[in-house]
This record gives sequence, structure tokens and C-alpha cells, in this order.
Amino acid sequence: MSDSYFPVGPGLGMEENFLSLDDILMSQEKLPGRAESALPRLAVYLHGKDNFWRLSFLQGSKLEIPLWLAKGLHDSKRRIISVELPKIYKEAWRTVFSADANVVDLHKMGPYYYGFGSQLLNFENPENPEIAQTILQTFIARFRRIMDSSQNAYNEDTSALVARLDELERALFQVGQKGLNDFQCWEKGQASQITASSLVQNYGKRKLAEVDG
Amino acid sequence: RQALEEMRALYERNQADVSEAKSGRTDLIFLIRFRHCCLLRNQRCLLAYLYDRLLRIRALRWEYGSVLPNTIQFHMSAEEVEWFNRYKKSLATYMRSVGGEEGLDLTQDIKPPKSLYIEVRCLKDHGEFEVDDGTTILLKKNSQHFLPRWKCEQLIRQGVLEHVLS
Repeated sequence: MSDSYFPVGPGLGMEENFLSLDDILMSQEKLPGRAESALPRLAVYLHGKDNFWRLSFLQGSKLEIPLWLAKGLHDSKRRIISVELPKIYKEAWRTVFSADANVVDLHKMGPYYYGFGSQLLNFENPENPEIAQTILQTFIARFRRIMDSSQNAYNEDTSALVARLDELERALFQVGQKGLNDFQCWEKGQASQITASSLVQNYGKRKLAEVDG
Repeated sequence: RQALEEMRALYERNQADVSEAKSGRTDLIFLIRFRHCCLLRNQRCLLAYLYDRLLRIRALRWEYGSVLPNTIQFHMSAEEVEWFNRYKKSLATYMRSVGGEEGLDLTQDIKPPKSLYIEVRCLKDHGEFEVDDGTTILLKKNSQHFLPRWKCEQLIRQGVLEHVLS
């Protein structure tokens, strides 16, 4: 947007920011799990209102639930839900990441790899330290390339570069690009030029669209 | 994305009302917990959406100036308009208290100025414009003027004038 709009950013580490839109979208991602006790009538909610068959989930049946629900229904005695790790955080993928993290298409694997991974650490799981380590190492390995590409792609179409990055990395990329653009602006002497705010420009465009359409 | 959020928030608000209307059977502990989760989730989405709108409105004050155009005001709810007015008032009080007797207009000079007078070109018809010594200038499309900086800054930010670098 423009320079005076400061949206609430995503939370760092194991806590989410309550008001952050990014965190809300991230916690919508689904997680495989299993029902620990019989859950009658839950199917109505999960399969939409038009399905009124009285399905009940038997003990041990598999479910795919969004993260916010998993966090709410999970408690330390694990009476209701037990969660499993999605496959990208499991052993097989962990070795892929440790081999070479740059080739993985993180956007396809769930666009919130880092955020979601940090949230997974909330559920007790014996593999937690390894997961944390993997996430960290992946980030370190990929960071160099992101920084490089964001600082050197000026006025180009960056969709090829950005396609394989997850949301956190994309945010970093955009920050890098903005820095680059600002620097170029300053070099050209445009730093002292007062410009119409981008808010105004967008608003003007939208108004034209309304008049036409 | 904002439109999607709005749709989802409204839909979920309806859902929440339905859940509240149903007085669930209290022997099923988990179901109550589940419904509670859903309600919390709806509440979170709604709050985040409303808060984001407030942040954008605040940005508007800094970009646009104290008077918002009618079309934007049309989209704001009554509480948002009231919030905007109160924010304007607090900002004005603050600006008056900072820096000297007349106060300091913080919305001016966002970028450090290099000169007192600047060259501007007019992008749209804006009618007449009065300068400090009383002369009025007619702002027609593509007319160029040499005007004091502080007068033009507002208009440039609103897109009426364009700053021309020589």
C-alpha cells in the first residue's frame, strides 16, 4: 500500500499475533489428525450444512482439520484429537531439506512452511527439536539466494524468482525490492520529489473502473 | 483479499448466530469445546478485519488530509467516521502542543525540503487557488505554476498537482 499503512505482521516463534491477517490465513491450513474418542455429529460441521446424515466419527478415524481447531481441541491429556505431522515435516522431507534446501518448491508444499512449522511445535511431539532444527537450517540455506535475487532484480518481472518461495520469504523479498527501489530513486534524485501517495493513485484507478463498469 | 475476508467474516458471523441459538446438549463436552473454538475463530476474524480497516483509515488521514472524499466516506460505517474524527482531533491537539505557539503540522514536509518554492503542473481542473499575498491562480489542466511549497504539498499528495523537477 502506501507508507503510512502499517498492517499487523505475523507472529514470530510459537505464538501467533491475534490480529494479524497473515496469521489467520496461516492457521487455516489443514493438519492430519485422528479422533481419540467418538465424536458424534461433528461431521455435520466439517462436511457442510447440506449433509445431514448422522455420521459419527468412531474412535481412531482420520480427520483433516485446520490448525486453529487443532490448537483448540488439543489438550495435554489428548482426549479428543491427536495430531500427526503433515508429510513435509516428517523424516523423509527432513533429509531432503538437509541435502539441499534451495530446490524445494516451498510455495507448493503449503505456502506457510515456516509459520505453520513454528505452530506445530506447540503440540507435544518427540520429534520437535528436529523439526525446529530443520526449519532453521532451511531458512539459513535459502536466505542467501533470496537476498541476492531481491537486491539485483530491478524493474524486472520477478514472478519466476518468487514462485517457489513461501509467504515469509516473499515478504522478505519484497522488503529487499523496496529497499532497492528506494535507493535507485535516491540516486536519480527523486528522493525530494513529492509524489501523490499510492493510496490516492489506486483510489483514482478504482473510481475510473466504477464509472466505466 | 480484503473482499474475501469480508465474505468469510459475514458468513461466519451467521454461523455463530446459529450456534448460539442452538442450546447444545451439555453432556457432550467436546462438542461444546468445538463450538467454542468456532466462535473464538469467528471473533478473531472479525476483529482482525475491523482493526485492519481502522489502520487503513488512519493511513488515509496521513495521505489525504483532514477531509475525506465522499465516496470513501460512503464505505465507512458510522463508528468508523466517529473514530476518524476523534483521531483527527487527537492528532491536531498533539500537533498544536509540539513546537512553538502555533504548533507544527506533521503532515507537511514528509520528505526533507530542498527549496522554498516549487514548480508544479496541474493534472486536473481544481478551480481557483488563493496564495498568501492574495492573488488567485486558476488551476486548469496542464498549466504550470511556481508556488510556495507548503501550499502545494496537500494538493500534490492528493494527485491534483504534479511536482516537476527542473
